[in-house]
Amino acid sequence: MNSTHAENAAQFLADEPRANWHDETLWIVRQKRDKAAANIPEWERLRQQASAIKDEVLANLDVYLEQFEAAAIKNGATVFWAADAAEFNQIMLNIIRRHKAKNIVKSKSMLTEECGLNRFLQSQGVEVVDTDLGERIIQFRHEAPSHIVLPAIHLKRQEIGETFHEKLGTEAGNSDPTYLTRAARKHLREKFLAAEIAITGVNFAVAETGSVVVCTNEGNADMGVQSAPVQIHCMGLEKILPRQTDLGVFTRLLARNATGQAVTSYTSHYMQPKPEGAMYIVIVDNGRSARLANPKYIQSLKCIRCGGCMNTCPVYRRSGGHSYGYVIPGPIGSILAPHTHHYPDLPFASSLCGSCSNVCPVKIEIHEQLYHWRQDLMQHRQTSWLKRMAMKATGIALSGNRRYNTLGAVARWAVAHLPRKLLYLPVNTWGVGRELPQAPQQSFKAWYKTNNPSKKQTS
Amino acid sequence: MKQYRIGLFIPCYIDMFYPQVGIATLELLQKLGQEVVYPDKQTCCGQPLANSGAEKEAIATYKHFVAQFRGFDYIVTPSGSCAYHVRHHFDILEQTDDVRQVRENTFELCEFLTDILQVEDLKIKFPHRVGLHQSCHGLRGLKLASASELIEQRYSKLRRLLEKAEGIELIELDRPDECCGFGGTFSIFEPDVSVKMGRDRIADHERHHAEYITSYDMSCLMHMEGIIRRQGKAIKVIHVAEILNRNSL
Ligand code: SF4
Repeated sequence: MNSTHAENAAQFLADEPRANWHDETLWIVRQKRDKAAANIPEWERLRQQASAIKDEVLANLDVYLEQFEAAAIKNGATVFWAADAAEFNQIMLNIIRRHKAKNIVKSKSMLTEECGLNRFLQSQGVEVVDTDLGERIIQFRHEAPSHIVLPAIHLKRQEIGETFHEKLGTEAGNSDPTYLTRAARKHLREKFLAAEIAITGVNFAVAETGSVVVCTNEGNADMGVQSAPVQIHCMGLEKILPRQTDLGVFTRLLARNATGQAVTSYTSHYMQPKPEGAMYIVIVDNGRSARLANPKYIQSLKCIRCGGCMNTCPVYRRSGGHSYGYVIPGPIGSILAPHTHHYPDLPFASSLCGSCSNVCPVKIEIHEQLYHWRQDLMQHRQTSWLKRMAMKATGIALSGNRRYNTLGAVARWAVAHLPRKLLYLPVNTWGVGRELPQAPQQSFKAWYKTNNPSKKQTS
Repeated sequence: MKQYRIGLFIPCYIDMFYPQVGIATLELLQKLGQEVVYPDKQTCCGQPLANSGAEKEAIATYKHFVAQFRGFDYIVTPSGSCAYHVRHHFDILEQTDDVRQVRENTFELCEFLTDILQVEDLKIKFPHRVGLHQSCHGLRGLKLASASELIEQRYSKLRRLLEKAEGIELIELDRPDECCGFGGTFSIFEPDVSVKMGRDRIADHERHHAEYITSYDMSCLMHMEGIIRRQGKAIKVIHVAEILNRNSL
């Protein structure tokens, strides 16, 4: 997508009833999260603890990764390392070819989205079926997920009914959720039963045990892994937790913060291949170690992909996940995206209200990170020339009393005297839906000069 | 009540467009027996630049600010956002004694009244239905109130000052502290989302029949007022200093 977030958002908002529905739907999720969190008196301490564990992991990641790999190999798994998306995709293709597999199912994994795995495999003649219901829906529609936990949240029931009618032969016009879910279930059952390889994402990888943990609500990761002889678990290298006991901290936070559930319906621990089967773990870097080496932005790697920052973000709710253009939308996506090459507008797609940082279960200071990215993008000339020049000029104007006073006088004069047509030219984006403030008779400064009785000014 | 020597910091847009807010702040502090000085060469805290990514370009403005405001017991401003900026984002300056003192001693008006002067009852009469807009930087940055995301004891310094006012009815909102969408230059670079957020916020206050929306930040109110006037709505905005100054002290 080449258009900016602001342009995409304007488009999203053009259908206001739909935008309201999107906002309201996600706000309900946020409210559920508030209730679930409030049920845990030690919630804020838990966040503190989760944040500290993640800090420790990132500070010693090399050690933990090696410990994890050794334990996983000892358990009978095969471990691969991928430096980037291309290498990851190739590794996946090689495994699939080695097992001569045709029927492949995949549970939800943002990492495979990030690497464009489906697209790559398709180009090699390999079909993968996404088994998460939301993922399957958008796969049918050839769309990208608009949310990392609720990938089809941008779609209404009726649209899903239409898609299922077209792809699964459900009754035309029937969008009853139970009816549609049953149809999806039947369709996916066949895919599970025929599966030769099951691919999953990874929520947590435990260094001391070498096991990977996958959290789902539909049990689709289990369905796949239990029916296919070969299982492949794909993880970003930051997914490590040191100890099995650390898991409890995160499983208590994850589902509550994501959807308001006490825990996900399924928390699956995978440790060993099945008899006669094979278990692969692919550990992916794809820019993560570069981020790890940058202390200023390292904290974005603490993210556990709960989606809480999206649900609470007033901008996300009113612009939709696709408006960001990056695979991970919303506040966290805007600090994870590789800005300096692409997406230079994303750090500006925020009012910096800070709600994201307050809900984040691992205490990433998301809005502060956005603020810092803005500085870096400006310094690296990734913003428009006009904007940079305007900022320079404003900087000069605001740093001196006389220049500042003139600026104020001109602004007040303009608002009071310029014809409306000129004041509200399209370049004045303030005027899109707002009136400019009315010009008072005089500034506070001018008032103070004549009205303040005490002459105790410092200057 | 203790008396302090206060440097009055009137943010640029208040100086230029809302002088009555500056006047109310000054008068209120004087009524409370404070020695208030308005350094008349002050300009701006530099936030509009820094929030746009031009922190470097703002350094000269930061330095000018420190030069104007050094040496006061406290620096008080009717803006949570600007107070937060000075306290939090002047960290890129060399931390001289002046810079440190200016950062530590800068207070938003409500928190200065509740935390430093420990004002209990301002003896205000304001017989209206009022909705509180807890602007984000004051709320989550300065912690002027408990934020709805955090699981903690509920409090609000703004509410505490207003709830004793005679005749006032403070309304409850469906979304107690959602952002109004002003966001500084966000309002200009993302006008559609910004205006939509503002409209939704105003609608929440209207649903609960507020006559006034009040806040410790005039910038949010300026944004919402712009929408209210464009849409010809009846609801009004008023800076909290203008309510607090209607006292009978
Ligand atoms: S940044 Fe925090 S709130 Fe957002 S998805 Fe990641 S863990 Fe969840």
